[in-house]
Amino acid sequence: MMRAPLGLAAVLAAAIVLPFLVSGFHAFQLTQLVVYAIAILGLNLLTGFSGQISLGNGAFYALGAYVAAALIVHAGVPYWLAPPLAGAVCFVAGYLFGLPAARLEGLYLALATFALAVVMPQLLKLDALARWTGGSQGVLLDKPRSPWPAVIDDDRWLYLFCLAVAVAMFAAAWNLVRGRTGRALIALRDHPIAAGAMGIDIASYKATAFGVSSMYTGVAGALGAIIVGFISPDSFTFVLSIQFLVGGVVGGIASIGGTLFGAGFIELVPNLAKHLSDDAPGVIYGVLLIVCMKLMPGGLAGLVRSARRGFAGPAVPHTRS
Amino acid sequence: MQALLHQLLSGLANGAIYASVALALVMIFKATHQVNFAQGELAMCATYVASSLIQAGVPYWAAFALTVAISFVAGVVIERAVMRQFQHASVLTQVIVFIGFLILFNSLAGWIFGPTLRSFPSPFDPHAWYGSTYLSPHEVGMIGVTLIVLSIVFVFFRYTRLGLAMRAAAENPQSSRLVGIRVGWMLALGWGLASVLGAVAGMMAAPIVSLEPNMMSGVILYGFAAALLGGIDNPWGAPIGGFLVGMLENLAGAYLVGSTLKLALALFVIVGVLVLRPSGLFGRTVVVRV
Repeated sequence: MMRAPLGLAAVLAAAIVLPFLVSGFHAFQLTQLVVYAIAILGLNLLTGFSGQISLGNGAFYALGAYVAAALIVHAGVPYWLAPPLAGAVCFVAGYLFGLPAARLEGLYLALATFALAVVMPQLLKLDALARWTGGSQGVLLDKPRSPWPAVIDDDRWLYLFCLAVAVAMFAAAWNLVRGRTGRALIALRDHPIAAGAMGIDIASYKATAFGVSSMYTGVAGALGAIIVGFISPDSFTFVLSIQFLVGGVVGGIASIGGTLFGAGFIELVPNLAKHLSDDAPGVIYGVLLIVCMKLMPGGLAGLVRSARRGFAGPAVPHTRS
Repeated sequence: MQALLHQLLSGLANGAIYASVALALVMIFKATHQVNFAQGELAMCATYVASSLIQAGVPYWAAFALTVAISFVAGVVIERAVMRQFQHASVLTQVIVFIGFLILFNSLAGWIFGPTLRSFPSPFDPHAWYGSTYLSPHEVGMIGVTLIVLSIVFVFFRYTRLGLAMRAAAENPQSSRLVGIRVGWMLALGWGLASVLGAVAGMMAAPIVSLEPNMMSGVILYGFAAALLGGIDNPWGAPIGGFLVGMLENLAGAYLVGSTLKLALALFVIVGVLVLRPSGLFGRTVVVRV
């Protein structure tokens, strides 16, 4: 794979240059896309690689956003420190949720996480937490300023900041799934009993996968709060979790590169389809989820992979996706 | 004491709705080992159909019957046209398809009928003799309708050949096929019946929660909790779980956590049952052979 580093460098270069070629609003959209990509990556690590179905990752996105907002507004933490701290909190929360959840198989885990996602907005509206969460009013955040206003404006600076975080997190995920942990997770997904017989500590790995996924999603949530500058309970409804699921499925749920397609999709489609009706994006999501499962269960990444295989000659064995 | 009795009884009324939804979920689970995440949205769509019929001047009970018929056909069509394609797919695939249906129906309803609240009439006269200080006539009627529906379902499965065939198909598809039962159609029939149960629950719930695209999102969560509490593979457990969850919801809402956390209670019951007693109160413990 000599081409891979070259291709990656080209993608990265394009990602750095692109926001300077488009308008401020489009630069913001690109930033949002990068943030979504991190969140979808979190879902893919959990659902695609370790085989645990989560319909509730939006809840961890909300948690990350609220932790970051509370840190910035109440504790005076600088904005660049908030995402890693929020990620750490989310890791712990996800790990703890994952401990009992590790006992649940496929369908039941889906049920539990579904409930979590539906309940989350109500939890955020709790009066007891209103001091930090702002209740149903939400929290306003100041937009971070560019350190060199003469060279680069605020929007593009934020974009580069998010991009840097994303690159680090994608590299970490890449190493994670190719290392010992990743192999253990994939073994868990494909054959839990055999994996257990080989000495993989199933409960611990499952909970860790939950923690890591939640950390990714939480960092994305923190970045999302920073770039939008406003959070409220109603921005984190169940639909958000569905959006991540759509992004993961369209891009390819067991793929790392596919998250970029997926993020582009959930960023662009609502913007384009809102002209028809406020509900048009949901209709498109629904139809697409069903059609994708029938026609291309591997998502776009799977499609690209099989096309490449078709051109490159004999099929190479690869893991089920 | 009076307040407690009031909470218990009105919990029973909510429980009637959860019982119907839970039974619908169990019916599909028994036959296909799938959990229908879109059950609530199907019920919501059915309720919109009923509302449109009533607005067009159809008398309530005629609209009720028509909606039941339409829901039945819709359930059968969804199973035949889409779900059977995924009969042997992985759990992940099936869950994603159900979530697809959920968001599709939810958004379609919003698109077609608009996001505004609609009021939905109750067929029960608000001053009827069976109302009391504890239960409004609608709540009494709701419990009555649910009990009638549950009895019909019981009689159907217990005393008719078709009901027997459906039970056989769910229990052991291979053997059923060998004795001439058309298993595929039995599954479709199960879907039809489940969607009828959901539609009845939706029409009964609508006068209380108001008709809007998200009206069932709380109800379906309690339905899940009820089905799990009763044992998701036990048709008798589902209604009992429904009534229990309804009363629990009201009691906890009044005395324990307050109304803002009522929904979190459903999450608590779901996770609690799954972790402590995955087979529910009346379910069978499943032993998987590897």
